[in-house]
Amino acid sequence: MRKIIALIAGFAVLLGGAVAYVVSARHGGAAVNAVAVSTGQTLALEPSTLFFRNLADGPDRGKLAAVPAADPAAARRVGELSCDRFAAARGTAICLRLKPDSLPPLTEMIVLDASLKEVYRATLPGTPSRARVSPNGRIVNWTLFVSGDSYAASSFSTRTGFYNLDNQHIIKSVESLPVFVDDKRYFASDVNFWGITFAADGNRFYLTMASKGKTYLIEADNANYLGQAIARNVECPSLSPDGRRIAYKQKVATGKWRLAVLDLATRKVTNPPDDRLLDDQPVWRDNTTLLYPLRAPDGTTDIWSVGLTKPPTLLVRHATSPSLGGGQKP
Amino acid sequence: MYLAGTRAADQAAARTTPERTVLGRVPGTVVALGVVSLVTDISSEMVTAILPLYLVFGLGLNPLQFGLLDGLYAGATAVLRLVGGHVADRWQRLKAVAGIGYGVSAVAKLGFLVAGSSVPAIGAVLAVDRAGKGIRTAPRDALISLSSTPETLGRSFGVHRTMDTVGAALGPLAATAVLWAALGNYNAVFVTSFSLATCAVLLLMVLVPNRTRLSTEPAKNKPSFRTMLGLLREASFRRCCVWAAALGLFTVTDSFLYLALQRRWDIDGRLFPLLPLGTAGAFLLLAIPLGRLGDRIGRWKIFIAGHLALVVAVLLVCGPIGNWWLALALHGAFYAATDGVLPAAAGPMLPKELRASGLAVLQTGQALARMVSAVTVGLLWTLWDVGPALLLFTAALLTVTVAAAVIRPLEAAR
Repeated sequence: MRKIIALIAGFAVLLGGAVAYVVSARHGGAAVNAVAVSTGQTLALEPSTLFFRNLADGPDRGKLAAVPAADPAAARRVGELSCDRFAAARGTAICLRLKPDSLPPLTEMIVLDASLKEVYRATLPGTPSRARVSPNGRIVNWTLFVSGDSYAASSFSTRTGFYNLDNQHIIKSVESLPVFVDDKRYFASDVNFWGITFAADGNRFYLTMASKGKTYLIEADNANYLGQAIARNVECPSLSPDGRRIAYKQKVATGKWRLAVLDLATRKVTNPPDDRLLDDQPVWRDNTTLLYPLRAPDGTTDIWSVGLTKPPTLLVRHATSPSLGGGQKP
Repeated sequence: MYLAGTRAADQAAARTTPERTVLGRVPGTVVALGVVSLVTDISSEMVTAILPLYLVFGLGLNPLQFGLLDGLYAGATAVLRLVGGHVADRWQRLKAVAGIGYGVSAVAKLGFLVAGSSVPAIGAVLAVDRAGKGIRTAPRDALISLSSTPETLGRSFGVHRTMDTVGAALGPLAATAVLWAALGNYNAVFVTSFSLATCAVLLLMVLVPNRTRLSTEPAKNKPSFRTMLGLLREASFRRCCVWAAALGLFTVTDSFLYLALQRRWDIDGRLFPLLPLGTAGAFLLLAIPLGRLGDRIGRWKIFIAGHLALVVAVLLVCGPIGNWWLALALHGAFYAATDGVLPAAAGPMLPKELRASGLAVLQTGQALARMVSAVTVGLLWTLWDVGPALLLFTAALLTVTVAAAVIRPLEAAR
């Protein structure tokens, strides 16, 4: 009998503690924004605006925020839209966000017009990872992390797809893209694709293919739906506005990458003067400037800017997923 | 026939075991261990379900960094299972060692709060969690085995594995509920998971009786590690281990079967993670009836029939006929006919004081064989594509299964 009482007392303490923790977690968020935020704004895609996901503590954490690109320290303008990943170009934007309370996780892929009004939505399996809009504003693409191969959580894969606004055609996964490596058709069960970047013509695109521990830069043609490996050890490619260079994350060790730039004509790889660890698809602000989020040692994420040869500068604190309202400057 | 058979078995049970039985003549200890496993599985599957979200969203990590660790953990778990089984027999403290295993996994849940976003720390927490699972498995199965009469072992393991699976199916639901209540706070899931896992340890301590004196031998005659391996000198047990491992060598891993199934019937990616629930559903329906059938007609027959069910399931996935739910049902039947049936079949061959060691040897051999199988299927898949890889593998499984059925390694022992 004493044992049963001890059991019930133990349950009460343990489960009561868990309930108390859950209740306190509900009230855990900061009530006031840690940075200047103007709420209730109507945002629209303008080339002179820098968009990002606001990560500053407060009620508007997680919302899509806008600041003048020339004055990134200005008060952040936010509306109602929340995105985990955001990108824009030529009057079209893509917003990826995790669908609340979905297990296994689902992502809402939302296509928005110039006034950030929804024009298309798809719900896809996985968690948001990368998002881009083609320079002509007609194709949006995304990469999601999927962990559904089994209940074993430690096996992950990526799923990359795109949506064409002109013919409303969605490709949920490019895994069937025929790829040639060293002029031979490549077959493997473990192929993963991620990080698409489109060229100005809206047909040619680049992306990363991973298989058997190697990564390849694939140059692909949407009309013929064919791809060819043109370089190795290139992840999350981002094509410059003039189409001459590809900025990417270059692997330096397992789980560690730094920023690098490949010149497509000369195949020469250079490293911009920022050797800190990076894990995202870089954004070209113009033909010589790159934007990217970096994790600070304290665990927060900030948006930085670096020139191909000019030193890095801090652009926006507590922010991620940068994008210019009009896309890259041509 | 059926009634007479079970009654005879029940009378035998009544004669040989002093253990009180509940829930339709299942020993109380087995039900208690089932409850412990149910609560533990809710706790662990809660974490498993949110882990990808937590890593990517909570911490902003790149999950591909974790991919390679899986195989390593499986190997370490296999070795720790041997250690857990051996130590439990050496101390003659099955319940205590199982309790340590459950406790280690419970504490690991709080490790996530401490580990923060450090990749090595998270890897260490996952390793500790799985180490706990490795330690507890053999003494727990030995407790089930020792608290049942040899005639009803299949039913006991069936009941235990069914309750275990119920917990695993409830875990993701519990995680969703906690995330919803805590407004997306992942730490709340870890804290709740820790609370449930600790409740399970309390349940084990209170509900499962101590079995201190297992042997009539003097306590100083402690089994050594060599005694454990010496069990393999016993012919019937060795055959059991060898054939279980041989079958494991050609058993298609779940993830490959699900991938092939998704391709064959073009299943929506959103439904893909739910496929294991189909397997679990069939398992829930069949584990107890097949365990009982094994008690009556012979457990090895059921074990062999289970592998035939897997052969048919893979053929359906490769072939032009059938449908996905039939393949999943057969996959569930395979587990129902093998997972609890194998320890039930092997238990009576092992001396009581070496039950945990023996079950550890058996299950470790099977687990290592299945790891080799996973690597082999992966290689064949890469070389030849899905269809040929699975077909060749299944042909091999069919051959070994037929050989095992013809040779009947366990003819003497049921």
